Amino acid sequence: MGQPLLMAAITAALLHSNLALADSETEAMKQQLDALKKEYGQAIKALEDRLLKAEQSAKQANNQTQELAAKVEQSKASGPTASGQNSFNPAISLILDGGFASFDNNPEGYEIPGFALGNEAGLGEKGFSVGHSELVMSANIDDKFFGKLTLAFDDHEGEIETELEEAFIQTLALGDGVNVKAGRFLSEIGYLNQQHAHTWDFSDAPLIYRGLFGDQLIDDGVQMTWLAPTDLFWQLGAELFSGSRFPASGRSNGIGAWTAFTHIGGDIGVSQSWQLGLSHWQANGVEGRDSGGHEHDGGEAETPSFSGDSKINALSLVYKWAPNGNSNSQQLKFQFEYFDRKEDGEVIMLGSGSPPEMTSYDGHQKGWYAQTVYKFKPQWQAGLRYDVLDSNNRGSDADVLVEAGLDNEGHTPKRYSASFDWLPSEFSRLRLQYNHDKSYEQTDHQLFLQYTMSLGSHGAHQF
Amino acid sequence: MFTQWKKRHWFTVLLLTLCSSASYGQLNIFACEPEWAALTRSLAGNDAKVYSATTAQQDPHHIQARPSLIAKVRRADLLVCTGAELEVGWLPLLLRKSGNAKIQPGQVGYFMATDHVSLLEKPGVLDRSLGDIHAAGNPHVHLDPYRIQQVAVALASSLMDVDPSNQQTYQENLQAFTLEWSKAISQWEKQAKRLRSKRIVVNHNNWVYLERWLGLERLAVLESRPGIAPSSSHLGEVLNQLAVNPADMILHADYQNDKPALWLSKRTGLRVVSLPFSPTKEEGLVDWFNRLLQPLLSAAS
Repeated sequence: MGQPLLMAAITAALLHSNLALADSETEAMKQQLDALKKEYGQAIKALEDRLLKAEQSAKQANNQTQELAAKVEQSKASGPTASGQNSFNPAISLILDGGFASFDNNPEGYEIPGFALGNEAGLGEKGFSVGHSELVMSANIDDKFFGKLTLAFDDHEGEIETELEEAFIQTLALGDGVNVKAGRFLSEIGYLNQQHAHTWDFSDAPLIYRGLFGDQLIDDGVQMTWLAPTDLFWQLGAELFSGSRFPASGRSNGIGAWTAFTHIGGDIGVSQSWQLGLSHWQANGVEGRDSGGHEHDGGEAETPSFSGDSKINALSLVYKWAPNGNSNSQQLKFQFEYFDRKEDGEVIMLGSGSPPEMTSYDGHQKGWYAQTVYKFKPQWQAGLRYDVLDSNNRGSDADVLVEAGLDNEGHTPKRYSASFDWLPSEFSRLRLQYNHDKSYEQTDHQLFLQYTMSLGSHGAHQF
Repeated sequence: MFTQWKKRHWFTVLLLTLCSSASYGQLNIFACEPEWAALTRSLAGNDAKVYSATTAQQDPHHIQARPSLIAKVRRADLLVCTGAELEVGWLPLLLRKSGNAKIQPGQVGYFMATDHVSLLEKPGVLDRSLGDIHAAGNPHVHLDPYRIQQVAVALASSLMDVDPSNQQTYQENLQAFTLEWSKAISQWEKQAKRLRSKRIVVNHNNWVYLERWLGLERLAVLESRPGIAPSSSHLGEVLNQLAVNPADMILHADYQNDKPALWLSKRTGLRVVSLPFSPTKEEGLVDWFNRLLQPLLSAAS
């Protein structure tokens, strides 16, 4: 009896202890669970917080964008301005040019030995004069063409001469770097030739331009240029001209002259840029190119007239330096051009009686100039230029060559020039220029005071 | 005969080499000013070659139609410029000489920023005695971040027109830019609260959009007429004016001559704040605006 009791007691005790054991285990598990719960809760809370934050910031960004859109809408343009009948007028600009000139020698007696001068070559008027005023109109005609007209007004011995200096159209939409120009325009031979006289850095043309072209080569015809698709600027071009104007014949039909040219150029860093040009002009079968000739003492005016073939080769170099490329505040510009002309034919002295005096002609004329212009302050610039020419012309009758002004008389034409400009704004310029001119034997001291003003639409900043 | 053939071949080879050196597939973009180059870079991404015709150190009005610029325009698929006559002296010439039909006025490749925003200070009277004024209004719109946003939207759609195959990219880039830009604006506006109603003297009247945005009050301009260097008599007038009605600072674009500003500063004790008018070569718009605002903020504290 005692034994089963003991057994029961032991069992109970065991059971109890077992139960107690189970109890403590549950407790631990419970605790663990709680800890886990707590941990997860924190993590979930953190996640929830982050989500809320993200939502808020997205909302904020969205608000900002909407706000921005609203503000943008507010400041939107109030539509295009009303357009009247004249809103499609071409851009019009007017160049007023004039001044005062003083010469030691009589400008009427101006000559360059070895060069038969023609066209506008000469010194211009003495004293006060209105120089070369221009009226320019230009606009895009449609999406395919651009057009430009330049009328020049000159006062020539009391008479107002109006000259159609430029009247051309140019293509805009051919693409692939191709441009075609047709009409009357400034030839791209050389560098200075394609710029209007009022943009030049000196008030007169370089001697070689005066000697060969009568200041500038303008003709009627077509021009085609092609620009290579390269980082380096490389342009090829050709022109076909009627050859009706000096220094071609003036009486020719069809294509009287042609040119071919190439320009390359680029930048060196930010502050420097350059351009190099090679060009060729040729007129075969020139018939009767008249020029001024050599004056006789009291004799009748005889006009030398050239017939034959003429060709010109030219080299030009331009270099510019402006600190940081800011040419408005400071700029140095160097420019050099060389021309060489060879002619083969005959020269007749018109008005020399019958039969007229004549000679065969084998001409070689050349010359160059170099100039530097330094803009040292935004409104001030100064320049120096040196010109020199040379000629070696031969013919069967040396006397006729002398009379035609084609004999160089053993003289080398030279000229030293200095200029000083005040540029109150982009649209106005006042210039003082001095020339020590040895174009012919008797040295001339020339002084120019010149104003050049541009009115109306904004001019182009050519290189 | 053979030499002639050889000559001709030589020329063909030369032409082919030249043409192949032109990159295909990649968009060539010609920006007139660095700010539009920066905007274009962020919208066009890596798919484009962006060239800026001017640097932050140059006056974008006084640029010459240099050979290098003509060569760049020749190959451009898109032109991104300010317009409103800012580039009137050189851009028309570049376009005419380029022989490039894609970027002529009216074509999809011709993008003028000022065509897409409203302009302030449209002059009532057009007379050059008033200086080199712009008939369409003040062209320096890139100093107003809201107008930049407008330009960005328009530019993105121009990019899509020029290069339809990458529309998706431009759309995404515009979204990314807009988000970044709007965040930046709200931050700048928070910082710039203390600039409100600050009174300034400017060297050249090219800060009007910044003034409007930040609420700066312009008391005087050192140039008596835009584009014409300050005269001593006008500087004297400004000096007298400031004696009665004092200003807080003198603003000056860092590419411009600082002499007049320094002259005035010496006599008035006012601080000359020199600001970058445009971003530098590879700088983004946000970085540039930060750099633009920093000197102003420190001058105002």
